[in-house]
Amino acid sequence: MTERLYVFKRFERFWHWAQAALIITMLLTGFEIHGSYHLLGFQKAVGIHAFAAWALITLWVFAIFWHFTTGEWRQYIPTLKNVDVIFRYYVLGIFTGAPHPYRITQLRKHNPLQRLSYLVIKLFINPLIWASGLGLLYYQAWRDAVPAGLDLAAVAMLHTVMAFAMLIFLIVHVYLTTTGHTPLAHIRAMITGYEDVDG
Amino acid sequence: MYRIIFSAVLFSCAVHAVAADSGSRPTAPTADHSKFKALQGPFKTGEDVTQACLTCHTEAAKQVMSTRHWTWDYANPGTGQRLGKKTMLNSFCIADRSNEAFCNACHAGYGWKDDKFDFTSEKNVDCLVCHNTGQYAKLPGLAGHPAYRRMEYPPGSGKFVEPVNLPRVAQRIGKTSRTTCGVCHFYGGGGDGVKHGDLDSSLKNPRRELDVHMGTDGGNFTCATCHKTESHRVAGSRVAPTAVDPHGAILRGEKAGRNPATCQACHGDRPHPSALGAGMLGALSKGDRLNAHSRTLACQTCHIPAFARGGVPTKMAWDWSTAGTLDANGKPFQKKDERGHVIFDSKKGDFRLGENMKPDYVWFDGRVDYTLRTDRIDPAHLVQINRFHGTPGDSSARIWPVKRFTGKQPYDLEYLTLLVPHTATPDDTALWFNFDWPKALAAGTAAAGQPFSGKFGFAETEMLWPITHMVAPRDKALGCAECHSRDGRLQGVTGIYLPGRDHAPWLDRAGFTLAVLALLGVLSHGALRILTRNRRKEH
Repeated sequence: MTERLYVFKRFERFWHWAQAALIITMLLTGFEIHGSYHLLGFQKAVGIHAFAAWALITLWVFAIFWHFTTGEWRQYIPTLKNVDVIFRYYVLGIFTGAPHPYRITQLRKHNPLQRLSYLVIKLFINPLIWASGLGLLYYQAWRDAVPAGLDLAAVAMLHTVMAFAMLIFLIVHVYLTTTGHTPLAHIRAMITGYEDVDG
Repeated sequence: MYRIIFSAVLFSCAVHAVAADSGSRPTAPTADHSKFKALQGPFKTGEDVTQACLTCHTEAAKQVMSTRHWTWDYANPGTGQRLGKKTMLNSFCIADRSNEAFCNACHAGYGWKDDKFDFTSEKNVDCLVCHNTGQYAKLPGLAGHPAYRRMEYPPGSGKFVEPVNLPRVAQRIGKTSRTTCGVCHFYGGGGDGVKHGDLDSSLKNPRRELDVHMGTDGGNFTCATCHKTESHRVAGSRVAPTAVDPHGAILRGEKAGRNPATCQACHGDRPHPSALGAGMLGALSKGDRLNAHSRTLACQTCHIPAFARGGVPTKMAWDWSTAGTLDANGKPFQKKDERGHVIFDSKKGDFRLGENMKPDYVWFDGRVDYTLRTDRIDPAHLVQINRFHGTPGDSSARIWPVKRFTGKQPYDLEYLTLLVPHTATPDDTALWFNFDWPKALAAGTAAAGQPFSGKFGFAETEMLWPITHMVAPRDKALGCAECHSRDGRLQGVTGIYLPGRDHAPWLDRAGFTLAVLALLGVLSHGALRILTRNRRKEH
């Protein structure tokens, strides 16, 4: 038997989808600015990219506030316990019809593998992509203030590395949303807030 | 023989000046010079007119005589190198020595035909060449004088030039105009548009599309609107340009000690309006993003998309080594391109012309030094007649548009110096009348006081010309992708990381490979899930 569990609150869902839209926009415009292809034109791409960057930063200020005031930040406390079990499920169990080894609750809505990956995004990829991005955006303000060696090329390279990391995360993340008990179950949960959980 | 002495090029060099000036804006002076007794004439010569001018404008000649329009002499403030037209070489007509009577039609004086010219005589100053409002022309070959009597010009051409009406010209005196400045500055290098690329006769009465400031349907600026002149000292110089001017606009009357001819002197260094100011959020506005470029680029780099775009071609290359080649009958000849522009002349050699030319771009901080006729060259390599200095990426320099002109010109095989040929004034040694290089070089070097071994070759040379005129209206400024792309205009420019141009190919390869592998990974995982679906159902 299954029960419906309210996992994703309204703000959380808004944050998720707004962030998704902004990140996809920034990937599209970012790689155009990088010179990988021509889509909107350089000028338009730069304008949208800079706007989306500030929108995402604003969103994150609210998200950080939300995480701390609601205590939701605890959802991301990492654990290595049972990571191997989850990993084994996605490599083997998912093909044999084994049940998902993780049972979500409102207080622990991410499995250990999710906890780890989201934490890496939040503490590593995001800060670096923003720091390097702001560095690129405000190069004229800091170029004369920093020691030689930290030049625009280095900052740009870091930004590119992090953009590739984000792109790869996006590919894997989108795919993994289809691994619920039906392909759209997780996506529906992120829209409605309710996840069907085996009782 | 006399007929071939003066070519059409020479002719074009002089006659343009006769046309009335329709480019100057109407002004209402407080003095009607036609009412002045001193200007009623008769005047025999230009010097007589000058003396009449000086009866009222007592200091004018002294002022002119302190400027480079008079001295053709200049000390480079950075290097101390002695420069000025009197001394410098170029890769066009090379030098004025021995050719003064011809070249120095563009000297603001009367009578400079050899090294005996008196630079201290006030009456030798030519007021009219800059201040006439029409009907005045100094003819090359007359050492700075106009025609005082009806004469066949060019000699042997069957065409006649009427004598200048000096009292009439003097009584209609006025401010300088695009036409009076252009008489010399549009025709440098021996013809219309030859030398600069951004200065030619199309600027006499330009449309604002060609030059937004000077356009008669635009600002209708004269040259002196920007080249603000005080006491006859004209602001702005290509010999020692102001390449970097990171300041706001100069207020009227402000003693800024700055060159008033820069873009920033009027527009300031943050000229693009930014709705969001210059702070953190400013980066969201296009204006502020453009302003941020002013730390790296000269204004001209974006705002002059091309030079020689007024319909007059400029010379991009000049090969003197073929000069002297005669036709089967031993006669000099010319070759023209399909548009009727001369691309070979027995007197001058081969030319390559260009119109609507994209500039080259170089880092430039305003310091230039020159290869002079006393400097040893290395003919095995491209000889740079001038060198633009500037450290890539440094705050003291900007990326500037330039015309890169290439030449092939005579040098001494023994002394390894570039040589001054005698070319233009009719006599037994001038190249253009005798087509004999050894004679021409012997005479030219003698006049220039330059040693000549008698053995000469032709060296490949290069000269840069800053591009600063022919500023397009704002909607014709360069778009971002002109430079921010893999093969944009700034392709070879170092010292900057240019988004869209620069990237680490290995990183892109690794990044996209990993992304594709991730995609293939999840797709196979998905495919495997579909294939094992039945098994799971059984389970």
